[in-house]
Amino acid sequence: MNGLAALVVALLVVPAVGALVLLVAGRRADAWAVRFGVVVSSAVLVLSVAVAGAFDRADPARLQGVVDAPWVPQLGLRFHVGVDGISLPLVVLTALLTALCAAYGLRHLPEPGRPRALTGLLLLLEVGLLGTFLAQDLLLFFVFFEVVLAPMYFVIAVWGSAGRERAATTFILYTVLGSIVMLLGFLLVWARTGTTDLVLLAQRGGAGMPRAVQLVAVLAIGLGLAVKAPMWPLHTWLPDAHTAAPTVGSVLLAGVLLKMGTYGMVRILVPALPEGMALVAPWLGALGVVGIVYGSLACLAQRDLKRLVAFSSVGHMGFVLLGIATLTPIGINGALYANVAHGVITGLLFFLVGGVKDRHGTTDLARLPRSLYARAPRLGSLLALAAVASLGLPGLAGFWGEFLAMAGAFRPAAVLHRSTFLVLLALAALGTVLTAYYLLRVVRRVDQGDGSGPLVADVDAVEATAWVPLAVLAVLLGLLPGVLLGLSTPVVSALLGGGS
Amino acid sequence: MSAAAGSLVQSVDWVALLPALVPAVGAVVALVVDLVVPHRPVLVATVALASLLGGLAALPALRDGTRATFCAPPQAGAPPACSYVADHLALTVQLVLLAGAAVVVLMVAGEHDLPPGELQALLLASVAGAATVAAARDLATLVVALELVSLPSFALVALRRDAVAGQAALTAFLTSVVATAVTVMGVAFVYAGTGTLFLQRTAPALADAGVRQPLVLAGLVLVLAAPAFKLASVPFHAWAPDTYLGAPLPVAAYLSVVSKAAGLVALLAVTLGGFAPASGTWAPAVGVLAAATLIVGNLGALRQRSVVRLLAWSSIAQAGYLLLPVAAGAVVGLGGLDGLVAAASVAYLAAYGAMNLGAFAAVGAAAGPGRHASALQLDDLRGLARTRPWLGLPLVFFLACLAGLPPGLVGLVTKVRVLEAPVRAGTPWLALLAVVAALATVVGLAYYLRFAAVLLAAPAAAATPVPARPRRVAVGAGWAVGVTLVVTVVISAAPALVVGLLAP
Repeated sequence: MNGLAALVVALLVVPAVGALVLLVAGRRADAWAVRFGVVVSSAVLVLSVAVAGAFDRADPARLQGVVDAPWVPQLGLRFHVGVDGISLPLVVLTALLTALCAAYGLRHLPEPGRPRALTGLLLLLEVGLLGTFLAQDLLLFFVFFEVVLAPMYFVIAVWGSAGRERAATTFILYTVLGSIVMLLGFLLVWARTGTTDLVLLAQRGGAGMPRAVQLVAVLAIGLGLAVKAPMWPLHTWLPDAHTAAPTVGSVLLAGVLLKMGTYGMVRILVPALPEGMALVAPWLGALGVVGIVYGSLACLAQRDLKRLVAFSSVGHMGFVLLGIATLTPIGINGALYANVAHGVITGLLFFLVGGVKDRHGTTDLARLPRSLYARAPRLGSLLALAAVASLGLPGLAGFWGEFLAMAGAFRPAAVLHRSTFLVLLALAALGTVLTAYYLLRVVRRVDQGDGSGPLVADVDAVEATAWVPLAVLAVLLGLLPGVLLGLSTPVVSALLGGGS
Repeated sequence: MSAAAGSLVQSVDWVALLPALVPAVGAVVALVVDLVVPHRPVLVATVALASLLGGLAALPALRDGTRATFCAPPQAGAPPACSYVADHLALTVQLVLLAGAAVVVLMVAGEHDLPPGELQALLLASVAGAATVAAARDLATLVVALELVSLPSFALVALRRDAVAGQAALTAFLTSVVATAVTVMGVAFVYAGTGTLFLQRTAPALADAGVRQPLVLAGLVLVLAAPAFKLASVPFHAWAPDTYLGAPLPVAAYLSVVSKAAGLVALLAVTLGGFAPASGTWAPAVGVLAAATLIVGNLGALRQRSVVRLLAWSSIAQAGYLLLPVAAGAVVGLGGLDGLVAAASVAYLAAYGAMNLGAFAAVGAAAGPGRHASALQLDDLRGLARTRPWLGLPLVFFLACLAGLPPGLVGLVTKVRVLEAPVRAGTPWLALLAVVAALATVVGLAYYLRFAAVLLAAPAAAATPVPARPRRVAVGAGWAVGVTLVVTVVISAAPALVVGLLAP
């Protein structure tokens, strides 16, 4: 095992051991659990940065830091992990958001407290998320995909706001329904190809599976991933879950969990089942665009700020789906870019909405006092920055992904009908206008005003620690898109070209 | 074959019989010990435990899986046939059921209101029957051994000698009688059609032109009734909730694991062993049973508030997973008594045994001995993971295993394993079966998770639990939780241990 591989394994082991320590530590650990969580998640963040540093950026298409050991040989299940150019950004994003959430917990612990349990669950969640992005084996991917469920369920069900139990149950039942159908798809692929190794499957590019089998497999696997993404009309679990979840839950849910679905599509469906994907792509793109328009219309009708941010995710993830559906390097690169950008921006937005709620006790737009600029200028400015980043203002992170996704739709892959995608492109463009409208309305409604309303505390040190890195990233990703695109472009070319 | 082939005198391979024989002897010893030194439950339990461990100790000596005894005289043109075959399937199931019975013995150690001698003797007698079922390869032995499992278990259910217990035993007894009668009629049909009871000879006989196929195939389907009763699978499932509730909790645990193991192995021996060529008949039948069991069991569990009833319905649902791979047995290359299908079923059985016994043991330890467990409602256990973490957290883990949700990895991996056979077979109706199983798993998740959420919730502030419970956990019950927890954690970390039990 070389150094990078050791780092990759440590990414999974450190949070797992942290969660285990909290489990056995007993009730006394409540006193130091949050600080312990900050230390562990910061260590994971440092590890992920170290992985990024040791990663050979000259050759991002090559899987690096590979560990490949048999786990359940009878099932062909191998512990096969590694990083490449498309998993690395998500790994760093996950580690960053988890560390920020842990830090945020230093001052803002949601009711009913129980810091030991909450921190343990966050670390467990991190294991599942990182594992999903690192897994290079279908069944291992599935296992990590499932690891995420129970911790998120409890984060929502225990620490959530009104309606939490129903929201948590809806979340987990929807996701499990999708993921178990996805498992059937994985088993089908395995039965037909004899391997669950993602690297091998990508190299074969669907060889050995007739078109009909590929179609069934794409539909089954895609269902599980689409529920997670979420794709309209499978998104109905999302608004309630996001609204009911505590701030840290919403941040991780929107920031990372949703990406598991779209990442899975790029990682599994595009390279391993190209023919099936080509059949499904127009539908995927169409449903993605429906999501874009539906999400922005729903946001226009929203009276609750947190719910509005939640619905905006449906729209933004619609762009990601559209980008994937084009099956072009440019579209998929855009999708992956939008994935990361959405994680950063929406993570920040949920943090800020949480901050607004802490101060005013409500997120109801009708009851929220206006003129946050005057009352808490730093909070107000951050909110405005996040909102314009989210609407895709050029120069900020949200722009590139959606721009590239639409550019991909302008000239989709040769196997797809261009006219279909031109219609989709036009509708998506309409969606960007609506998105700009509702986000600017939020800025106007919350930030601006005559300066009346109660004075509230501005951003405190802990909040600044959690929020500023995301704001900085939102700017950097907008100014330097080449950093991420340079990583993902060779991988995407390899994934798309595997079969030919 | 160690049987003397040419001689008329039966020579019995006693070593092969040890896994069944030692518990049977243990049953007698337990009775005698209780007679000689009465009121020493721990001593009697030690005897029982020793005999079960003795049975387990015999397994390594048999591990090459080639021993057989009680063999029929050779016939020209017919394969050699033996009534008792210690093949790999038999040994693996014996391992599971003897170990499971040992956990049950630990669980009953705290039940001071039950007569120890009768209790352990009946338990061991039933285990001896189950161990015989595992190796029985002719239909008569199979039926007799299944009855040997059942009859002591009715007495065990009724052991508390109150009205509820009597009712519970009667429910099980009546269902069992019906199932056995149906099976015996099926055996008669098979014998009339093929002229043999040996499962090694029925398969070749089916190919014989003179055999009246419809008669044999009808018989085959009827034979499945008694195993289905033991498995508590639809349509012989309705007895389980009432019986589990009326029985002492350890006995319910016994019925849900050891008795089910006997039913499963009987079903495997008949379908994959004796009637492999007729898979076109039994595979759809088992598939329908599996689907119905998964649906009925999970939907039934969904509305339960009583802890024991929930576990009972859940164990009905779990039987569906055990049957799932068998339904795919029609496909060439997956069958056989040590093929993929049997391996998947047995792996699920082993995992299910550990996690389900664990769940019963933890609930039993939390409820305390006596009748308290039957009255236990879900809300009585609110906050158990915080008030008594050493019972509550293991219980959460066992539930996660049963649901197949990480961290209960062994439940997840064995579920993947049982789904594999139908998906691999790939016919449309097997694909449909896999989808039904998938949907049922989602429903299952709902109630396991609700149970776990109750355990993890903040304890109810003022409410006193319904039964006044002792804070101390009986030593045996504590050990039962500990042993099952260790086993389940180990096989979750290394699922290959169970998946590879019978792997081809």
